[in-house]
Amino acid sequence: MSVAPRVGLFVTCLVDLFRPSVGFAAVKLLEDAGCTVEVPAAQTCCGQPAYNAGDRKDARGIAIGVLKAFEGYDYVVVPSGSCAGMIKVHFERLFSDDPVHAAAARDLAARTWELTSFLADVLKVAALPARHDGTVAYHDSCSSLREMGVRNQPRALLSQVTGLTLVEVPNGEACCGFGGTFAVKYGDISGEIVRKKADSVASTGATTLVAGDLGCLFNIAGKLKRDGSAIVVRHVAEILAGMTDDPPIGEAS
Amino acid sequence: MQPTSALFRDNVTKALLDTDLQTALSRVDKNFTARRTAAVTAMPEFEALRDDAVRIKDHVLAHLDLYLEKFEEIVRTNGGHVHWAKTPEDARRIVLDLCQAAGARTVTKGKSMIAEEIALNPYLEEHGITPVETDLGEYIIQLADEPPSHIIGPAIHKTKEQVSDLFAEHHRQYGKTQRLIEGVDLVAEAREILRPRYLAADVGITGANFLIAETGSSVIVTNEGNGDLTQQLPSTHIVIASLEKIVPTLEDASTLLRVLARSATGQQMSVYTTFSTGPKRTEDPDGPNAYHVVLLDNGRSALLGSEFQEILRCIRCGACFNHCPVYASIGGHAYGWVYSGPMGAVLTPAMIGIDQAHHLPSATPFCGRCEAVCPMRIPLPKMMRHWREQAFERKLDGVRQRWAIRAWAWLAKRPALYRRMTGLVVRYLAWRGRPLGRMDDLPFARGWTATRDFPAPQGRTFSARWAQSRKAGTP
Ligand code: SF4
Repeated sequence: MSVAPRVGLFVTCLVDLFRPSVGFAAVKLLEDAGCTVEVPAAQTCCGQPAYNAGDRKDARGIAIGVLKAFEGYDYVVVPSGSCAGMIKVHFERLFSDDPVHAAAARDLAARTWELTSFLADVLKVAALPARHDGTVAYHDSCSSLREMGVRNQPRALLSQVTGLTLVEVPNGEACCGFGGTFAVKYGDISGEIVRKKADSVASTGATTLVAGDLGCLFNIAGKLKRDGSAIVVRHVAEILAGMTDDPPIGEAS
Repeated sequence: MQPTSALFRDNVTKALLDTDLQTALSRVDKNFTARRTAAVTAMPEFEALRDDAVRIKDHVLAHLDLYLEKFEEIVRTNGGHVHWAKTPEDARRIVLDLCQAAGARTVTKGKSMIAEEIALNPYLEEHGITPVETDLGEYIIQLADEPPSHIIGPAIHKTKEQVSDLFAEHHRQYGKTQRLIEGVDLVAEAREILRPRYLAADVGITGANFLIAETGSSVIVTNEGNGDLTQQLPSTHIVIASLEKIVPTLEDASTLLRVLARSATGQQMSVYTTFSTGPKRTEDPDGPNAYHVVLLDNGRSALLGSEFQEILRCIRCGACFNHCPVYASIGGHAYGWVYSGPMGAVLTPAMIGIDQAHHLPSATPFCGRCEAVCPMRIPLPKMMRHWREQAFERKLDGVRQRWAIRAWAWLAKRPALYRRMTGLVVRYLAWRGRPLGRMDDLPFARGWTATRDFPAPQGRTFSARWAQSRKAGTP
């Protein structure tokens, strides 16, 4: 690309509050690939908690804030399939009876990408300089997989990392049981679902688990750590950017 | 069936502690999920077939009255009768009248979810008529006096050992004293006991997978052949079906049969596909003397034109159940009514009311796998969300949860305040989780921490660090 694409990074509330290192890893990956990255200060959350609770009015209010904050960027990149899916697929549905905002939502949707698919499909990143020695399992988050069509992109990027062996999680298309507030509201069901997922992950023999969604990662890491597992859990961006100095998810330095 | 959907939370607790249920549920993957995947992968045109199937049903739903009238007319021409039932009470009454007119003491039944929906068996029993379930799964749960837990595998919640116990207890009266262990032996014994009952039955009642308007036929698929015996041997055959089972032509039925079997059991076709077209004609060697079709509405016509219309495309294949992580964890009974799984989470509130059933569309992680495998491309999560919106409007959720969502949303609309507040909370949590990098108990999120740890935040928020780093001029 001749002119550096101007990317607005939607950090997501979980990354902002719980794991800033993912945000910095995303910035590094995007800048290394030639983008100009900005982080609009007016962003907060994509509105999923309200939307999924059936609180459409509040979800709209939050969505309008996102529409404004990300006006004018060439691309909006999100280190989460779930929040990207909210913006790309669901915002427009929120404004089914509000043509002005619906048009803005459509416009934003067309510019919005999940991080790994943006790197692979748009920026065509083909030679990452990162190194990671070990066996890595990639977990497909439901939104990435089924809403955003993200499957091969993170795997292709991980295969560029020197020293890394990628393994597949059996029954990988199954949900980890996170589901946002579902994990707290129906914690017993969610806990049973993540138990199965953690067992599947453990069965791969992987030393590291990565995914593109912090929600799933917190859920699976929480279960693995409760079980005393030594498997290290990280966001895929941290591995791709070679930024693994911070302790893994759910662990102390 | 008395709905217990309002007691969903208690039902879930019970289900999660039920080790037999958990053992039984662990077979779903092997028996259904894997087979469906194999069948679908082996058929490159499967996606196109799905599109055809959706088109057929959408067309039918747009002209439902037309095809129903046509069906009635042809059935009448063939010498059969069509009865219209608005409510479950109407349907029960009609079936009972027909049974009494036939002087029935025993009726054999093929598998029918509509019979469950109208709670037919207890009603017949109250009126001195003995219903005998002939589908093996239905037979098992009839012995156990339980409702089905899956639309195509009614006894999927039972382990082989439990079936063995049930047979030992109930077959003793037929002189069967040996406790059987092997699946084949159990099937053989059930068959031996059911055989004479087919012959003794005065009426046979079946459901219908499809009704065909151009021929006036009802179609059932089974893998055991029990449906054939149920509808051919007794002198009266009653079909109970819901309105949306209608399809225009034989050709359409065959398209739907192809997606149905693959989605349900991974078969190319079910072992038996049986078409019933009216009573026995003079030149027929066998068949019933009377043929009745009872068509149940029970709220379905009210869904036409609503945001729930697409659920009427459902062909009851069960694929959404078999790929649902919630169903796999709690089984069908926990949903508390006839229909469970993702399809039940959409349909049940329409039938028993969102006030009673609000947990069902709420208790899902929205993983979207149901929609991905549904042969009829029914947007199940989207419809669950419609229900959630209704539940939220009616304040059916817990007060605390509601308050938390609204408070979060209020804050999220005020970025500057949001930054300050969340910054404080995050620092507190980071301090609390410092020793291990995680917390094993969070008072406001015990639903989470009861079964897993909660990872601690890294410390300061991204926005705080970003603002600082950019100010300092370092990227
Ligand atoms: S909703 Fe779809 S997947 Fe579920 S039973 Fe109906 S047709 Fe099958």
